[in-house]
Amino acid sequence: MDGFPILSAILALPLLGAVACLVSSAAAARWIALVTTLATLALCIGLWATYQIGGPQWQFVEDAALFGNAFRWALGIDGIALLLIVLTAFLMPICIAASWEAIDRRVPEYMALFLFMEVLMLGTFMAQDIFLFYIFFEAGLIPMYLIIGIWGGANRIYAAYKFFLYTLLGSVLMLIAMLWMVNYAESTSIPVLLNTDFPPQAQTLLWLAFFASFAVKMPMWPFHTWLPDAHVQAPTAGSVILAGVLLKLGGYGFVRFSLPMFPEASAQLVWVVFGLSMAAVVLTSLIALVQQDMKKLIAYSSVAHMAFVTAGIFTFNRQGIEGGLVVMLSHGLVSGALFLCVGVVYDRLHSRDIDKYGGLSNNMPAYALFFMVFTMAAVALPGTSGFVGEFLALVGAYEANSWLAAVLTTGIILGAAYMLLLYWRIAFGTARTEEAAKLPDLTRREWAMMAPIAAVVLWMGVYPESFLAPMRQDVAVLLERVARAAPEGDAHVTAGAPAPAAHEGEAH
Amino acid sequence: MVQAIVFLPLLAAIIAGLGNRMIGNFAAKLITTGALFVGMFLSWPIFFGFMAGTEHSQLHPVLNFIHSGDLQVSWALRVDALTSVMLVVVTTVSALVHLYSWGYMAEDDSQPRFFAYLSLFTFAMLMLVTADNLVQMFFGWEGVGLASYLLIGFWYHKPSANAAAMKAFIVNRVGDFGFSLGIFATFLVFGTVSIPDILAAAPNMTGSTIGFLGTRIDTMTLICILLFIGACGKSAQLGLHTWLPDAMEGPTPVSALIHAATMVTAGVFMVCRLSPMFETSTTAMAVVTFVGALTALFAATVGTVQNDIKRVIAYSTCSQLGYMFMAAGVGAYGAAMFHLFTHAFFKALLFLGAGSVIHAMHHEQDMRYYGGLRKHIPLTFWAMTIGTLAITGVGIYWLHAGFAGFHSKDAIIEAAFASGVPFGGFAFFIAVFAALLTSFYSWRLVFLTFFGKPRWTQSEHIQHALHGDHHDHPDAEDAGHDTHAHEAGAHQMTEGTGGYHPHESPWSMLIPLALLSVGAIFAGYVFTAFFIDAEQGVHFWGGSIAFDSHLMHAMHEVPLWVKLSPAVVMLIGLGIAFYAYIRNTAFPAAFASHFDVLYRFLLNKWYFDELFHAIFVRPAVWLGRFFWKRGDEGTIDRFGPNGFAAAIATGTKLTARFQTGYVYSYALVMLLGVAAATTWAMAH
Repeated sequence: MDGFPILSAILALPLLGAVACLVSSAAAARWIALVTTLATLALCIGLWATYQIGGPQWQFVEDAALFGNAFRWALGIDGIALLLIVLTAFLMPICIAASWEAIDRRVPEYMALFLFMEVLMLGTFMAQDIFLFYIFFEAGLIPMYLIIGIWGGANRIYAAYKFFLYTLLGSVLMLIAMLWMVNYAESTSIPVLLNTDFPPQAQTLLWLAFFASFAVKMPMWPFHTWLPDAHVQAPTAGSVILAGVLLKLGGYGFVRFSLPMFPEASAQLVWVVFGLSMAAVVLTSLIALVQQDMKKLIAYSSVAHMAFVTAGIFTFNRQGIEGGLVVMLSHGLVSGALFLCVGVVYDRLHSRDIDKYGGLSNNMPAYALFFMVFTMAAVALPGTSGFVGEFLALVGAYEANSWLAAVLTTGIILGAAYMLLLYWRIAFGTARTEEAAKLPDLTRREWAMMAPIAAVVLWMGVYPESFLAPMRQDVAVLLERVARAAPEGDAHVTAGAPAPAAHEGEAH
Repeated sequence: MVQAIVFLPLLAAIIAGLGNRMIGNFAAKLITTGALFVGMFLSWPIFFGFMAGTEHSQLHPVLNFIHSGDLQVSWALRVDALTSVMLVVVTTVSALVHLYSWGYMAEDDSQPRFFAYLSLFTFAMLMLVTADNLVQMFFGWEGVGLASYLLIGFWYHKPSANAAAMKAFIVNRVGDFGFSLGIFATFLVFGTVSIPDILAAAPNMTGSTIGFLGTRIDTMTLICILLFIGACGKSAQLGLHTWLPDAMEGPTPVSALIHAATMVTAGVFMVCRLSPMFETSTTAMAVVTFVGALTALFAATVGTVQNDIKRVIAYSTCSQLGYMFMAAGVGAYGAAMFHLFTHAFFKALLFLGAGSVIHAMHHEQDMRYYGGLRKHIPLTFWAMTIGTLAITGVGIYWLHAGFAGFHSKDAIIEAAFASGVPFGGFAFFIAVFAALLTSFYSWRLVFLTFFGKPRWTQSEHIQHALHGDHHDHPDAEDAGHDTHAHEAGAHQMTEGTGGYHPHESPWSMLIPLALLSVGAIFAGYVFTAFFIDAEQGVHFWGGSIAFDSHLMHAMHEVPLWVKLSPAVVMLIGLGIAFYAYIRNTAFPAAFASHFDVLYRFLLNKWYFDELFHAIFVRPAVWLGRFFWKRGDEGTIDRFGPNGFAAAIATGTKLTARFQTGYVYSYALVMLLGVAAATTWAMAH
């Protein structure tokens, strides 16, 4: 594929699809959106297949000047971006399928917005120019506001407003920081900025400015209160993308910018990240335990899971960073799938109230099986994707600080508590309403949404090498970059003295 | 070959589980049971091979798993003497339980699901025992936890079954919290999670210290205790035991397989597998001994007053696991594994026998409504009696011959006495006293069930059977007898059969009972030498556990009174049970009312459930609400977004315009920003 601008092609395809949707009927728009997203997925799989593991750091590079020399159409990906791109492209057709019947008004606009959002999100992961990144990063949220604001639930205005307010603050600060950095490094190229050593005093402020933006997107406690509202109000597919991809922008930002560009500041402020991560795991898990609304419960659980990402990334060691990245991929699949599971029953009963359900194992056995698989992945059962990421992140966390590891590991107890309680109240027991007892099992369309995600969740859980291999080299580069600032752990293991071979204390 | 043993059950589980109604009951049962019998027939030759010295430790790689820097984990199957013991235990009990379930579950309408879960469990358990690294062991560990959760909650329409299933999973997760931290610490210290590498490096770490949660402690003590917390969860040791009695909500074959013979012994297996590591920390060993002894005592005391037949056996299991940990704690790993081995046979036998009784009594599980069953279900009676003779350790010292428990339990008691390690003497006295209680509660079970006059009339289950009432869930057992509701034994039960005629169970249930009876009789006598003999043991174990032949020698040197003490207390326990439940049946009620406080303390299981509910469950819910209402909504939102909106709204109508136009404002702000950036950049 030498010379063929495949990244631009991947961006162009959904963009054309979006335009086509706008001028089509509702029925046609659905098919256009589905075909476009599937074709984009095919291209992205091709990208994965041709990506050279262990090859150059940046691959499929494109570079063209926009507005003179200052602002460039610079695209290129490394292994980390590659996997997030594949994740995005993978979830998109599933979202279209999830909206197939649930969305019945202004369908062409809805489909066009989804495709447009895909362009912007893929662009975020591809951008190699910091201003191009900024545009994709911030603009990607606009379709999301509209999806919540137009197709959302009853309280959508409040939700969208909260989303907006949080995001605005962060993005303004981040833009100012970017301007300063470009001025200092005299380049807008991300690869150049990655190798620029910013003065440590300035790093702290820059780090905080980026943190303001990424911590909100993540979201980290206490910047998370927009998320439960946004999820509750968003249509199913909106929740899937919000949880599956938009939440990953924050983590991607930390890995791409905060850590490698400001290693000293990261090391200095690591206690902020660790402290907030620990708070998030414990507090939001406890909050999830008492939720009545399915979507709110899963939204709070997302905040807890994202804490593994932030903690893992800032451990400054390989297991932590790779673990954080795998948690991002896994959470993208699993929480997306859990929102689909909510969507399936919401479409039938139009309620998110957990107490309206119960006993669905009786009348919806296939649904109960998928829901079980995703529940187990959410509680990080070994053999599912959830385990690989959380395990690695926690191994890394322990190397960094035993308090961090101990507090985060309580998440495996609390997580099991709220997820199994949810599963029990929905799938086990007896139906608490007559309607719930009569709900029909999955349709073929719903099977087609669930089965691929379940397959990938198990694949990532049993053979994660497919996903770890493309990132390995990039994590090594990152580690090399931050090695000079890496803080010490608290273990300080002293050498032992070989024990005398004799057995002691025997009564003869 | 070992690949077939491990993966056939997985394949069978997938076919039966996903095929479900499509392939039908018979095919699902045949495939899963067939896979397990194949596994059983392949496992015994391996075990015999290690006994004969023709088999050697092997490692069969399967697939890469997690590779992240120094953390190199692969799927692999390791077979050594220790694994071979577990292979025969797991495949044999599982195969027999599969067969037994043909009869026991015959009327259930989700049989494929049941058999799929059983096979899935077996696969996970086999992955656990063949693990070559801690992560695969953890995979098996959590896999059996999942299967246990699914099987305890198999009758998912029952709230009590769901509650028990969830409790089992979460309490086990508390143990896994320790296990996980133990794995992390192991990797930090040794830079690997490969078990052979860790065991080789462990002796060099004695005296090393590590920083943990702000303190400095001995490295090996920390790692061993963290891992041991995991073992306590899975093996239901004191403090983390609360899930096991509740797990009796599951169908009885499940109790026999998972909650008696295999899964709950995983903790003991783990300590034995890592025994060279535990040997490096005297403190950790003392903790293991102490916890094991306390559990043995605690569970035995509670077992003496339970009325539900399955709960008696469940507490008995808990207590016997305590014995195994005592053995491991004093360094007698061979004895621990030996007791694990014999216990698997006689405890599975007792559970399946209890299942046969429950089957005959139309799902009644309360022993107060049993009585006089000896003549009605004679084969079950004999099986239960053999099981009881085995667990109480009946044997003749001078002939060196007895039932299975005679060999293995006496070995533990003697080893505890001979060891001379911290808590060794303590463990010895507890073990002897718990043996008395074991004998008492085991014979109490037999006497209440099979002897005396029938007391069936008042049983609701029997009433249902007699009057042909529509039983809501004819297949569901009722383990949820509220012990608080009946003032147990305090009032006299009406005697009489009520016209009910119990029937002996079908052949599919009796064959497993017969085979397990053979195990309960001979497993001790035949295999003693290989497990615990000072010379032969060394050859058999071949370094797979830290086999201490000095201790095994010392065991034989203990005074005669020590050797005879288990037999003496066994007879005393039998005597008391005989007096209280055959000769003077008014005695238990009188005793209970006289020692009311003690009786209630035991009946309420030392109030552990109430205590945990008050200090963990209720605060968690309260905190959840607090952080949600007061934290998120009352503080963050109030002073954050809502406060901001309110500030704007004050005195202006801006908010309205602002809220409708926010998207455009946002786009505008962003575009202006980019425009400014571009302009500025171009100007440079």
